[in-house]
Amino acid sequence: MQALRDITFEVKPGELFGLIGPDGAGKTTLFRILTTLLFADEGTASVAGMDVVGDYRDIRKAVGYMPGRFSLYQDLSVEENLDFFATIFGTTVEENYDLIKDIYIQIEPFKKRRVVALSGGMKQKLALSCALIHKPKVLFLDEPTTGVDPVSRREFWDMLKRLNSTGITVLVSTPYMDEAELCNRIALIQEGELLVVDSPENIVANHTDSLYKVAAKNTYMLIKDLKDFKGNKSVYAFGEFIHYTHSNSDFSEERLGEYLEAKGHEDIKIVKARAGIEDVFMALSEKKGTEV
Amino acid sequence: MLRPWMRCSKNWRAMWNNFKSKFLGTNFKRFMGFVKKEFYHIFRDKRSMFILFGMPIAQILLFGFAITNEIKNVNIGILDKSKDSETIHITNRISSSPYFKIKNIVSSEQQIEAIFKKGQVKAVLVFEKDFGKNLKSTNLANVQIISDATDPNTANTVTNYIQSILQDYQREINLGIPGREPIEVRSRMFYNPELKGVFNFLPGVMTVILMLVSAMMTSISIAREKEQGTMEVLLVSPLKPLQVIIGKVFPYIFLSIINAIVILLLGFVVFGMPVQGSYFLLALETVLFILCALSLGILISIISKTQQTAMMISLMGLMLPIILLSGFIFPVSSMPWPLQAISNIIPAKWYNLILKGVMIKGVGLRFLWKETLILLGMTVFFIVLSIKKYKIRLE
Amino acid sequence: MKETEKVIVVNDLTKKFGSFTAVDQISFETRKGEIFGFLGANGAGKTTAMKMLIGISKPTSGEAIVNGFDVKTQPEKVKKTIGYMSQKFSMYDDLNIMENITFFGGIYGLSRKEIKERGEAVIEKLGLREVAKKQVGSLPLGWKQKLAFSVALLHEPKVVFLDEPTGGVDPITRRQFWEMIYAEADKGTTIFVTTHYMDEAEYCNRVSIMVEGKIEALDSPKNLKKQFDASSMDEVFQKLARNVE
Repeated sequence: MQALRDITFEVKPGELFGLIGPDGAGKTTLFRILTTLLFADEGTASVAGMDVVGDYRDIRKAVGYMPGRFSLYQDLSVEENLDFFATIFGTTVEENYDLIKDIYIQIEPFKKRRVVALSGGMKQKLALSCALIHKPKVLFLDEPTTGVDPVSRREFWDMLKRLNSTGITVLVSTPYMDEAELCNRIALIQEGELLVVDSPENIVANHTDSLYKVAAKNTYMLIKDLKDFKGNKSVYAFGEFIHYTHSNSDFSEERLGEYLEAKGHEDIKIVKARAGIEDVFMALSEKKGTEV
Repeated sequence: MLRPWMRCSKNWRAMWNNFKSKFLGTNFKRFMGFVKKEFYHIFRDKRSMFILFGMPIAQILLFGFAITNEIKNVNIGILDKSKDSETIHITNRISSSPYFKIKNIVSSEQQIEAIFKKGQVKAVLVFEKDFGKNLKSTNLANVQIISDATDPNTANTVTNYIQSILQDYQREINLGIPGREPIEVRSRMFYNPELKGVFNFLPGVMTVILMLVSAMMTSISIAREKEQGTMEVLLVSPLKPLQVIIGKVFPYIFLSIINAIVILLLGFVVFGMPVQGSYFLLALETVLFILCALSLGILISIISKTQQTAMMISLMGLMLPIILLSGFIFPVSSMPWPLQAISNIIPAKWYNLILKGVMIKGVGLRFLWKETLILLGMTVFFIVLSIKKYKIRLE
Repeated sequence: MKETEKVIVVNDLTKKFGSFTAVDQISFETRKGEIFGFLGANGAGKTTAMKMLIGISKPTSGEAIVNGFDVKTQPEKVKKTIGYMSQKFSMYDDLNIMENITFFGGIYGLSRKEIKERGEAVIEKLGLREVAKKQVGSLPLGWKQKLAFSVALLHEPKVVFLDEPTGGVDPITRRQFWEMIYAEADKGTTIFVTTHYMDEAEYCNRVSIMVEGKIEALDSPKNLKKQFDASSMDEVFQKLARNVE
């Protein structure tokens, strides 16, 4: 199985860079190559100016890495975990306390508690503190928000933003498309290939398909009927609306409205709308699918 | 006046710190941080604590009291076709020994099988007709020992014991009668004249426990890091492979030594097991074996991804061969040659020989150099292989 | 929704672990053919509540009737009449598609003939004919989840519980999955679903939001947005969950 194919991209110093794609797209493999945990079959990569194969020892000193699963010692307390990671990186908690203060202060009241008894959100904060404690130049966060509820997710991104503003380069992977706009630049990844690398604004701006939001009383029938509408290109449910694109310029809102009315729909709404990252992702991966 | 003392202690501390930073530096700190964490893991895990301290004691007591190959109060039957003073004398001797109890007196051969089938006796002693007369006239009388060999070990022991009682008797009646010295089989049990099973088992149990604690516990603890995903973070850190390995092993060296001491003390206090040879040699050999077991443990953990695999390899790949092939339960010399050959690659076999040599025979390194050298060689082999196999990356 | 038949009826359902109250007197009803969204932050008590409803955890107090059976006294009957699928475990990775179908069909007491017919129909519908002999572990996550959903419906339960069914699934497959949910609800099956994707909350007929063991909001997405003066369900969720802290 080929987990990654022809990946090329750059991350600039101080950037908050998002690697966005579903499970199995190759995000973890890519991060493992960049953190010197895996060899690539072909091609080269460098992190902080160092080659991931030749200079792996130096990279290991310079990067912070938080794997997908919370890799903390369950039977150690909050404090002991942090101390341990500080020690193995040859530093102390006091030395770099400033860097983690914002995050750590929220879990400090529980510092004597064993990790096994912490909530998911607290574990996440501790894992981040541990990955930061040696003041890395580049921070790799592999799916830190997967399975986390929307509120905790937002909090986590706020922390990342603040961290990023201190000058640390952050690479973060996520399956949630709505997190894309929180990054400076993003790479969309699907089935081991990069679909596009750019700022979220540019990606959306460069997307030319006209998009229509459609709503009616019976959403299920609406999807069915839109899929039967002649000339349709894509029909995707998006929250309370259906996002609809047409395959050619021969489209008018009136014609679609009449068609739906004839099908017996009530409360029909059709609005032209701007595409989001998720629309682009789906459009690009559909395109890729038809190319193959 | 505490002052001078305090200054002194400060000096020592300063010197120690100086030594640390000069010779050991941050690497030493890293290493000690790692060791500290390992001790937390061990002391906080009830299962580990049980395997470390509960099991050795339980095993020693279990093997010492219950599962020995020493016989005591074994039921036997007598078929006396002669019923003269000699046979009665012998029968009395047997029943007065602590080993046997006469359970059945049978009157015919047919009854023998019946009492065997009921499991009432382990052996039946059959005196021929006119036993006493024959003995007096020709100095040749026949006695037959029929034993229940369902359990061959016990059957063997029972037969041996009865034989030795008969021989004692024979020696006595021949005393002082010139010209009447029939060929006599003299068998004497050396080193363990009372055939105390515990003396045989204790070195065996010690071998098993040290192997279990050292090899299994280390292998599980490294595999656990892989399973929990913490290994990924350790790999992406400046910790060197050797630091991880030694850091993992260090606490177990310490705990294994404590274990060895506990076992020896138990053996001495509860079972009166002496150490005939040098304590110093015993300690050295034990440390060598612990290192050997630990390096084997590391090797296992390096090739297994999960705690479960590590446990399976340790149990199936180490414990069973050790128990079966190290000479702990079954004597190596009575195994078929392929198994004898295999037993040579089991470290426990050599340590078992060393232990018996030092503890029971009281011999020194002059007699044990070969075994010691083999253990040493195995240890080096495992360590080299481990370092070669240790992956600095995933997969 | 023409039917008003109640499929799940929950009254003051409570679960305590020692002094900690995980689920605190929740009450709600779901109707036949309804898509009922069950939302809440991590640790809000969603999973505990769901475990009680599917009969694998005993309530401390209160009652829950699923398909007319009391989860407290008739958990075995409840289990027989529901479908369940979770993100974490749905099928055996080392069995192939038909073997999984046969196994799960067997658990629910389908006859050999039924298993064969319905299994074939599922494979046909999902277009899995070519990979039918492959181990499930080798399939892409999205296919696996769609298959798992179909398998959970194999015994035609009246209600199906979906625990984060689309976690990590790619956006297109996620939509296809929801289209399957719509189709099933249209047939009259009640769908009880948890999710972390807030746009999916909008697809539900009604949504309940749990905060610290209690249901703090329960209505259609439209009404909830009105009630909380929010433009999306995400905003509703953020407002509710943040207010508590």
